[in-house]
Amino acid sequence: MPNPESPIPNPGFSRIDRRFAALKAAGRTGLIPFVTAGDPSPEHAVALMHALVEAGADLIELGVPFSDPMADGPVIQHASERAIARGVGLGDVLGWVAEFRRRDADTPVVLMGYLNPIEIHGYERFAAEAVQAGVDGVLLVDCPLEESEVLAPLRAAGLQQILLAAPTTAPERLSKLCAAAEGFLYYVSFAGITGAAQLSTANIAARVADVRAHAKAPVAVGFGVRDAASAKAIAGFADAVVIGSALVERLAGAASAGEIAERAGAFLEPIRTALDAR
Amino acid sequence: MPEIRDFHAFPDAQGRFGRFGGSYVAETLMAPLAELTEAYLRLRQDPAFIAELDRDLTHYVGRPSPVYFAERLTRHVGGARILLKREDLNHTGAHKINNTVGQALVARHMGKTRIIAETGAGQHGVASATVAARLGLKCVVYMGATDIERQKINVYRMKLLGAEVVPVTSGSKTLKDALNEAMRDWVTNVADTFYIIGTVAGPHPYPLMVRDFNAIVGREARAQLLEQYGRLPDVLTACVGGGSNAIGLFHAFLNDRDVRIVGAEAAGEGIATGHHAASLAAGRPGVLHGNRTYVLCDDNGQITETHSISAGLDYPGVGPEHAFLKDAGRAEYVGVTDDEAMEAFHLLARTEGILAALESSHAVAQAIKLAREYPKDGIVLCNLSGRGDKDVHTIAAREGVQV
Repeated sequence: MPNPESPIPNPGFSRIDRRFAALKAAGRTGLIPFVTAGDPSPEHAVALMHALVEAGADLIELGVPFSDPMADGPVIQHASERAIARGVGLGDVLGWVAEFRRRDADTPVVLMGYLNPIEIHGYERFAAEAVQAGVDGVLLVDCPLEESEVLAPLRAAGLQQILLAAPTTAPERLSKLCAAAEGFLYYVSFAGITGAAQLSTANIAARVADVRAHAKAPVAVGFGVRDAASAKAIAGFADAVVIGSALVERLAGAASAGEIAERAGAFLEPIRTALDAR
Repeated sequence: MPEIRDFHAFPDAQGRFGRFGGSYVAETLMAPLAELTEAYLRLRQDPAFIAELDRDLTHYVGRPSPVYFAERLTRHVGGARILLKREDLNHTGAHKINNTVGQALVARHMGKTRIIAETGAGQHGVASATVAARLGLKCVVYMGATDIERQKINVYRMKLLGAEVVPVTSGSKTLKDALNEAMRDWVTNVADTFYIIGTVAGPHPYPLMVRDFNAIVGREARAQLLEQYGRLPDVLTACVGGGSNAIGLFHAFLNDRDVRIVGAEAAGEGIATGHHAASLAAGRPGVLHGNRTYVLCDDNGQITETHSISAGLDYPGVGPEHAFLKDAGRAEYVGVTDDEAMEAFHLLARTEGILAALESSHAVAQAIKLAREYPKDGIVLCNLSGRGDKDVHTIAAREGVQV
């Protein structure tokens, strides 16, 4: 179990916390794009991160490719496979974050992925290198709260563990997750894999409102958000919106830095506009 | 690791076998796993459930399976007596049915109407399709496209039993990818679906539940040895892919410290070549498919593709209880190559008139090696986990024979 007494030197002042505080002050809904690190092209990984910020991203979720992404749908699976085929590993991802940080000191970066690459890298070593690179948090899909004691070195180094809650999460567990949440709580809007099916916003609004009322941290909603319309509908009741598969799909096959930036912009800007028009 | 007094005390309430096991799954699976754990922990103590299971094992599976003295094989080898626990004689031809009969009963008690399963060699898929047909449940089996190609007979058997076989084309197109896909199905359809995992891997409570249902193998064998030979064996051996037949045989003997335990992993073309599936002998601790265990992966933590002539052993992880037994020094895990398994297959066929599954042929090969280490009055007990009919085409192709 994570220690509720955060060991972070200045709790409430992580890059993620600052960003959400600023969003709240401005009355804006956060936009959190997810991309698989190294896809569509490892050479342009850093350029893509800057392009996301340019297009209105408030926080970047950077997927660490894994060979067996159990909770991901075909779009992100294939992006992972493409990145792995090009030799992308955790070390590359950390290197790209470090390079990104040279030009962007403010946009929080959360690494999203699975436990094994970090377990094999070594928790202590990863914690030190990730903080050094400028990573702000981790969202480890296959590491629920109950198994999170292995992440103690990460928390000690100041990385925030982003937790997930789902429609299937039982009330008692949800309270625990809300109490332990740091950075933001990622609400999975339906029970399924990433990139699947449409969601019924009316259906999840009440749940999210409930989570938001209890969570110690802001709530971001993801899974199934595909465009400006679905993002805007969610923006009505979430602190931030996460967009993954639809963006990864749009970027697939883009070859040059220009094309990658052009596609990221064309996809995210209408969503940004819709969120801000609320 | 501190000395362990009672190996039967594992796993703990969180599904941990020492530092292995656990529930490393996505949030969406936490609730269904909690529901399953609650139901199973209740049923495993329920006399009515146990009686129901026993009836099925006796009248449907055909238990108890015999312990057979392979006398001509023993003479040929010239060492200790080789005894075979004949799981190949079960209904559907392998130990896998012990588990699927049990899990199907759990599914029915939980009111689930749809069964999903993953399969490598197809034996677990067939065993799942079988129990689904018997209970009138819908059945979907996920199978790697590569495995579908090399196990055509079993694919057809599943279809005859009314199951839908879904080819999995992601990743290495083998068992591990089928498991990923079945998990994705389960996450999406948890309300009506029961996921029958075929081996002692996956998140808690699967390693416990699958082990419990297979532990009948060792319980029977232990009693049969005491009754027929008046003693316990010197050494046990079984093949280890995910490890369900092996833990099934080993479990009843874990606290019999004088009984040596040796698991035979698939060394494929040889461990040194890198083309193998020996997670315990050549892997390292990691997290895969919901549990911490030994895995085969590269320095980036990417799970590596495995090789074995037998689809059922072609898995880059292994059940967490085996990882625990290895670290505790209670069991040894060694590699058996494709060639050694083939040689054992032929030897058993010609000396005993038994066509063993390629998976089980790894255990037979190891039993032969072990028999040479012990005196003639010694006893090597080998789990003959399945029959080889499904492998006839693979063997013919390997030997350049047109069937």
